[in-house]
Amino acid sequence: MKKALTTIAFGFAATVAFTGVASAQETLAQVLERDELICGSNPGLAGFGVPDAEGNWTGFDVDYCRAVAAAIFGDPNKVSFIPLSAKDRFTALQAGEIDVLFRNSTSTMSRDTSLGLDFPGINYYDGQGFLVSTDLGVTSALELDGASVCVQQGTTTELNLADFFRRNDMAYEPVAFATSAEAVESYLNGRCDAFTTDASGLASERLRAPTPADHIILPEIISKEPLGPVVRHGDNQWADIVRWVHYAMLEAEEYGITSENAAQMRDTSEAPAIRRLLGAEGNFGEMVGLGNDWAFNAISMVGNYGEVFDRNIGEGSPVGLSRGLNALYTEGGLQYGHPIR
Amino acid sequence: MASVVEQTPPRGSLIYDPRVRGLFFQAVLVLVIGFLAYEAVTNAAENLRRANIASGFGFMEQPAGFDINQAFITYSSATSTYGEAFVVGLLNTLIVAVIGIVLATIIGFAMGIARLSKNWLLAKVASAYVEIVRNLPLLLQLLFWYNAVLATLPSARDSISMGAGFYLNVRGLVMPAPVYNWDAFAIPLAAAIGLVASLVIRRWAKRRQAATGAQFPVNWTTFGLVVGLPALAWIVLALFGANPIAFDIPEQGRFNLTGGMQLYPEFVALVLGLAIYTGAFIAEVVRAGILAVSRGQTEAASSLGLKPGQTMRFVVIPQAMRVIIPPLTSQYLNLTKNSSLAVAIGYPDLVQVFMGTVLNQTGQAVEVVVITMLVYLTISLTTSFFMNIYNRRIALVER
Amino acid sequence: MTRPDPADAKRFVRTEDVAAMAPPRSVSGPLVWIKENLFSGPVNTAFTIVVAWFLFWVLPPIFDYMIGDAVWQGTDGSACREDVTGREVGACWAFVWDRINYFIYGSYPADLRWRPNLFFLALAIGIVWMLWLDAPRRGLGAIYFFIVVPLLSYWLLAGFPAIGLQNVPTGLWGGILVTIVVSAVGIVVSLPFGVLLALGRRSRMPIVRLVCVIIIEFTRGVPLITVLFMANTMLPLFLAEGMTVDRLVRPLIGVAFFASAYMAEVIRGGLQAIPKGQYEGAMSLGLSYPKMMYFIILPQALRIVIPGIVNTFIGLFKDTTLVSIVGIFDLIRTIESARVDPNWAAPSVNYSGYAFAAIFYFLCCWGMSWYSQSVERRLAASEKR
Repeated sequence: MKKALTTIAFGFAATVAFTGVASAQETLAQVLERDELICGSNPGLAGFGVPDAEGNWTGFDVDYCRAVAAAIFGDPNKVSFIPLSAKDRFTALQAGEIDVLFRNSTSTMSRDTSLGLDFPGINYYDGQGFLVSTDLGVTSALELDGASVCVQQGTTTELNLADFFRRNDMAYEPVAFATSAEAVESYLNGRCDAFTTDASGLASERLRAPTPADHIILPEIISKEPLGPVVRHGDNQWADIVRWVHYAMLEAEEYGITSENAAQMRDTSEAPAIRRLLGAEGNFGEMVGLGNDWAFNAISMVGNYGEVFDRNIGEGSPVGLSRGLNALYTEGGLQYGHPIR
Repeated sequence: MASVVEQTPPRGSLIYDPRVRGLFFQAVLVLVIGFLAYEAVTNAAENLRRANIASGFGFMEQPAGFDINQAFITYSSATSTYGEAFVVGLLNTLIVAVIGIVLATIIGFAMGIARLSKNWLLAKVASAYVEIVRNLPLLLQLLFWYNAVLATLPSARDSISMGAGFYLNVRGLVMPAPVYNWDAFAIPLAAAIGLVASLVIRRWAKRRQAATGAQFPVNWTTFGLVVGLPALAWIVLALFGANPIAFDIPEQGRFNLTGGMQLYPEFVALVLGLAIYTGAFIAEVVRAGILAVSRGQTEAASSLGLKPGQTMRFVVIPQAMRVIIPPLTSQYLNLTKNSSLAVAIGYPDLVQVFMGTVLNQTGQAVEVVVITMLVYLTISLTTSFFMNIYNRRIALVER
Repeated sequence: MTRPDPADAKRFVRTEDVAAMAPPRSVSGPLVWIKENLFSGPVNTAFTIVVAWFLFWVLPPIFDYMIGDAVWQGTDGSACREDVTGREVGACWAFVWDRINYFIYGSYPADLRWRPNLFFLALAIGIVWMLWLDAPRRGLGAIYFFIVVPLLSYWLLAGFPAIGLQNVPTGLWGGILVTIVVSAVGIVVSLPFGVLLALGRRSRMPIVRLVCVIIIEFTRGVPLITVLFMANTMLPLFLAEGMTVDRLVRPLIGVAFFASAYMAEVIRGGLQAIPKGQYEGAMSLGLSYPKMMYFIILPQALRIVIPGIVNTFIGLFKDTTLVSIVGIFDLIRTIESARVDPNWAAPSVNYSGYAFAAIFYFLCCWGMSWYSQSVERRLAASEKR
């Protein structure tokens, strides 16, 4: 009986445990075979990626995943979202549990080079800031000498924080929490004077306050945080797809193509750049291994960069972020879609 | 009839020889374990090399770069190493464990005895406490103490002043901090002398009681020596114009009270949560121990004219302790291990600092996990070792 | 018999009768009960007053929060905000109700939720079969619980494309579903492995014994959270390149490992309680070691330790909350994730989710401990016979 039990137990453990064996197969082929894209997402950051009551996901990063799915399948709903914490997002990607990580991750040299990752594009230019309550009467981060600061542990945020206070010769009390949710909770309880993370994160976490207007984001940005999707190093075709979906969304905004008018523009526009983008001319889809309507599907089914931004995190949305650095280069921002030709 | 023929036991096949089979099984086990270990080590080495992660314990010397709010050694992000961060975490774990154990024992004994009280209301409240607390996950309880209770405290600017420089607010309990100067060494010296003297007196009093039956107020003398002598030393020093201990009184700063000592809310919530949770289990242990003392003992004690309190103290509890100690030890160990839940409420214990931040920054999972586990293992084994010695001392010596 | 001489200095015996005491006014009735149980003396009275004051201080706010001031209906956070509703707001059950599907299934696709439901049912049948001591064919029940249910659940939940059940990645599982899966795997794996470890620890083979002692003592000496961290960060390192362990399976392995060690000690207690005569009787019948264990010793030993097993399981069930710390979406984690939603931004929403979890865990654990106590009483009664 002992042996039988052991055999059964091991056999069962083996079938359960090693089902997700990643093969050397190209990611696109895997995705097509599975008929679904698997996206790593934030476990809950308002405006960027949040599940609703039925477990449906919405947000800026989520829409990017949907755009990639639309470019591949012509269906923005063929995508599953795997919520990942800051700690295990990269291991999940390396292990092949997800195809692409859209989880406001900062592109840094060490991640790009030694973690076996690639950052195909930057969809949000950000920097670390501070959120404080308005009754504190503080208007600059340089006035925070002696304050206590809630922070999520194990990220670059914690180190930037230490650097900032040391550089300005100010004292502070750090209170580090394992998750961002707990850090915010404690900040809202009054445990800390300030909460620090990326400025976009501050804007969305602020919404959890009963009256968000009681909290302000201080003007100082203490770090550079270029946030973007992440893919595994080495699969260039897959990186190309993610990169060019991003550029297509930027190009679409630049040319005024929206989800509403995309079909009409494809059929009537004379401009060669627009015709190439929407697949009326050339075979740019084939170059990345997709159908010729790849960009058209992404734009018509999800939207251009501006639409996705405004819908989820823009000034009209509850998060209320201004475009700032993320305006198109034509508006003085850094978002610069590369030409599709 | 049939004559008894001397029989040699049948020479069976080796397969049926239990000793041979035993050796075979063990050899297989050793081979399997050896193979698994070999696979694990080679794979780990290969994986680490591919991911470009350093190995070895050199990272303990590298600068940490992050700050920790509660540190019992000098620690700062600018100068300290990961090794020092480890020590900070370890000390924070130990202090929580020690204070938690003391509080849990008090709560547990009080509640265990209260459950057997003749007072119906008290007994019911004690059982309700045990039932509720034992059946809720500790993680939820810690979140409750930390978030729900903390949220009811006033903000740092409207601290509740408790007099004598003690303030209570959402940032914890702030109190005056003693600032020692050089003269202060006389005070611990006096305390040490008092302690040694009281130990000597205790021995003498015990011997005298055994010999003559006369009692000596040992407890009062001990109290007087251990507390009174240092106080006397302080007064004498003060009379000669030296001020051995000054107090740093907290003051309202821009954000929070500055100066003084601070008891962080994470610490309070963790100690309280652990003590209340473990206290419920200890209460059950104590109750079972008391019930295990036979009724005749209590009745005999009453017939000798002992009051119920005395019966409890001199007759029931000493005998119950024999039953109580082994499960009590495992509760102490549970409390120590459970202190690792600090990670959920932001208290910088060993797991939070070392397995959290340090592991994330260095990526050296193997070293960090192994060190952390060894620390807990050492704590566990040492605690059981000392509790076993104590257990042997109080064990019933039968004829 | 003569009385002792009154002149004797040492007199212990009273010579005159004591006056009779007045009869008690009453010996039964509620008032007497109250007097005896609550106010029998000054100390007792003081206790009663202090405890009553404590209850009066604690209970009304809890009642108000959970029921009196609770919000039962609403579609977003404004229903649960004091500045909007203009009244004290307690628990926001409207939020819990709105998110109940997420709390139960996580992100499991809505049209496939019959699969987790079927899993809950299969598991419930197995549990009742195993725990109900008078149930018919309990041997078959064990096969069902330890072999049929795990396989069936795996196919149901993870998918089995060959028979038309599409794959559902474990990353989509969440909430109570994951809590139950983690605890079910813990109990299903820990029983057989606990038996093996316990037998190994009592084995006569020194190496087997040593290995078992090391595994048991090591696992019991470290916190579960470190075991989970180890499973999460070190397990992938130990596998060859290209092999991965599913994110949910990693903590499952940690939990199973941990639970097995605790279960082994419980079962060892049962094995030690079996009288030596049972072993000797079995051996004299010529039974081999496995047969002796399977037919004679284990059935008796396991029966004795049912309360211990259930208590271990209660501990395990509560400890499953720790998987939330390593990023698995169990009930606690789904609550934390759901309350991020800005539509439900209200102070009381944060605690309502936790209150819901507390009620869920309390009912489950309390039910199990009630069962374990009733088995204990029953076993004690059969001992007395």
